[in-house]
Amino acid sequence: MNETYTAVAGFAQTWGLLYFVILFAIVVAYALWPKNRKSFDDAAQIPLRED
Amino acid sequence: MVSLEEGGFAFFLVLLAFACLIIAGKTFDQVMAFHAMIGAVLAGACVFVIFKNYFNDGGMPIPQEIGGKPNYNMGPIKFGSVAAMFWGIAGFTVGLIIALQLAYPALNFDLPWTNFGRLRPLHTSAVIFAFGGNVLLATSMYVVQRTCRARMPGKILPWFVIIGYNVFILIAGTGYLLGATQGKEYAEPEWYADLWLTVVWVAYLLLFLGTIWRRKEPHIYVANWFYLAFIVTIAMLHITNNLTIPVSIYSTQSVIVWSGVQDAMVQWWYGHNAVGFFLTAGFLAIMYYFIPKRAERPVYSYRLSIVHFWALIFIYIWAGPHHLHYTALPQWASTLGATFSIILWMPSWGGMINGLMTLSGAWDKLRTDPVLRMMVVSVAFYGMSTFEGPLMSLRAVNSLSHYTDWTIGHVHSGALGWVGYISFGALYCLIPWLWNKKGLYSLKLVNWHFWLSTLGIVLYITAMWVSGIMQGLMWRAYDQLGFLEYSFVETVEAMHPFYVIRALGGALFVVGALIMAYNLWMTVRHGEAEEAEAAPTGSLAAAE
Amino acid sequence: MSVWSKHQIFEKNSFILLIGILVMVSIGGLVEIAPLFYLKSTIEKTEGMRPYTPLELAGREIYVREGCYTCHSQMIRPMRDELERYGHFSLAAESMYDHPFQWGSKRTGPDLARVGGKYSDAWHVEHLENPRSLVPASIMPGYPFLTETPLDTRDIGNLLKANVIVGVPYTEAQLDAANMDIRAQAMPDTDAAYEFEERWPNAIVRDFDGNPVQVSEMDALVAYLQMLGTLVDFSIYDDKANLR
Repeated sequence: MNETYTAVAGFAQTWGLLYFVILFAIVVAYALWPKNRKSFDDAAQIPLRED
Repeated sequence: MVSLEEGGFAFFLVLLAFACLIIAGKTFDQVMAFHAMIGAVLAGACVFVIFKNYFNDGGMPIPQEIGGKPNYNMGPIKFGSVAAMFWGIAGFTVGLIIALQLAYPALNFDLPWTNFGRLRPLHTSAVIFAFGGNVLLATSMYVVQRTCRARMPGKILPWFVIIGYNVFILIAGTGYLLGATQGKEYAEPEWYADLWLTVVWVAYLLLFLGTIWRRKEPHIYVANWFYLAFIVTIAMLHITNNLTIPVSIYSTQSVIVWSGVQDAMVQWWYGHNAVGFFLTAGFLAIMYYFIPKRAERPVYSYRLSIVHFWALIFIYIWAGPHHLHYTALPQWASTLGATFSIILWMPSWGGMINGLMTLSGAWDKLRTDPVLRMMVVSVAFYGMSTFEGPLMSLRAVNSLSHYTDWTIGHVHSGALGWVGYISFGALYCLIPWLWNKKGLYSLKLVNWHFWLSTLGIVLYITAMWVSGIMQGLMWRAYDQLGFLEYSFVETVEAMHPFYVIRALGGALFVVGALIMAYNLWMTVRHGEAEEAEAAPTGSLAAAE
Repeated sequence: MSVWSKHQIFEKNSFILLIGILVMVSIGGLVEIAPLFYLKSTIEKTEGMRPYTPLELAGREIYVREGCYTCHSQMIRPMRDELERYGHFSLAAESMYDHPFQWGSKRTGPDLARVGGKYSDAWHVEHLENPRSLVPASIMPGYPFLTETPLDTRDIGNLLKANVIVGVPYTEAQLDAANMDIRAQAMPDTDAAYEFEERWPNAIVRDFDGNPVQVSEMDALVAYLQMLGTLVDFSIYDDKANLR
């Protein structure tokens, strides 16, 4: 019983953590990437543009 | 020629009507017979309307653009916003009734269809799925069309989605009163209602995606991301949680495939993500469109909104098991759930900051525009609930708060404050836009609505904090000799004053909503018309 | 061209956005739910668990129908006060035949996981009909209509069969006799009751509502309440072996 818990916890604390960090890094990099700035600024204006 | 869409829907509805008639004829379950008759009558009526409409317009295709502008389809949105207001008042009122029943149990009248156990699911479903659902349907149809600058696809499809959804509400709600329930919290509708909702929901997904596919705008605006996550995830949750074996097709009863501990896990994975994706993601989409629009400035940080989106949907889905601390669920699962609940605090507050800071440089508008104020206060309530939630997911806190009114108070600070206010704000914006009015009938009445319901919410949640924490402490109190100090019923007696205060708070909230309904009605009937825009066309007039 | 500018694919391609969302929201559920089905430790080893008898199952349906779970939990947590107030903490095994589970989330009234055998049948009937006649400060609704309503037994065979489909181990004999057993359990000292006892060795046969003329919904509900939490034999249950 305890072994399952240790194994699961071990996996979560190493690979699981790494996985989250990488995923988070990807999303943040995407959001902050300089080249994307213009398109994001543009997208933010969508609701305000009248048609 | 009858189009494929018209013919297909008519054919499907005719089949449905016949199936309902057969079931109504063969069942000995009276609730089933009643629901099958409703199904047959409504399906038949819709077929009639489809053909009547066809003969009226001769199957003329609806123009996608008029004078170079998209010819938005506003009919179903009007239907949805009126339905939202109607179900909202109904749901709040039932909430008030059950609050009074807890203070004065004689109000149960000892009848089957008026007892607390049947009315409580009616209240939760009416406010979450009927009120909230119609707000989400109406606003999502509006926002996706506007931000994609394209008309929704289909002539019948949008109407099928909005009317079909409200038929689901009708079947579910009358079912509870007559005793048809599958006994899973927030997923009480029986198997045939669930099946119908699945059909409607798939149609909704196609409608939403179909509008995105036709867009003139290269980007998909972030509000639509949230709506899409809401639609897709709710489909996944709904189907998994409601997998069930009907006792027979003539019976309302069914048996859920999951049992015991697994069912508990599936249920709270569903239950918490109904909060996460129905009551949060969907309403965040409203925040990301309506607050910038009303404040007339773009969202504070579009980049933050992207991080907010991915972090929120990824983390939320894990949080469910914190509802099962100290239960027979293995501890690793509830601990995992609690861990993610704590992490969830960050994206939640990221979203809150993004919503609030959209106002930066325009804070003065809060003084002059009560509608904007309502939406901003709603975001503040969102911040408060998403701070309280992770706190309550901690094992030590949960051991006290679980099973008590503290949870009820927490839910209502989110439901009344966040979901309620952002919905009211969106409807206050939407109604004048939809009916081409310059503005609301009276901003003064909005002010009254705001202050009355704010007072109501404050009374509600403080009463529940006190009663919840007090009851939790009384349950675990020991006297000097080492015996439990209070019997259970003594703790119930101690709740009475707080139940009265809570009912008072609820009553103020209902009064606020009535004022709102009056204000919106007067806006539609007597509001000053907007001159520039032409009236929207192409709605299915007969169905309104 | 950097790989990041291609990342606009999410904003511009609804299909990829859809897949991205699905992947993100599937992971949590899979990791938390799937292990519960194959980790053997999830459900403890116990002696005494059996599926509900037809009458108890019908009573459980009434419990669900009246929304009892909105105010009563069936999940005792391992804390000193709860153990003293309600009894041994609830095991996963004790709800293994519950489709759906009825653990509840709110205690407006007390926990019912071990209410079985704590009060007499007559107490339950009186309390359900008029709670305040026995507990003056109670805020529970009254259910006098349960005594008057005869139990609808027409679908009980199908109900048991549906339970078999989802994995409840009813025997052939139990399924075949469901229509008789649902009445027999409330009619002590009859031939049907003796046959019932052969098929259901550790179930209680009593006239639960005290009215021998008909089998009412009250019979079913009280039969269900009186067996809650009584099945597992805790004298031979090994807490340590099942520690999780």
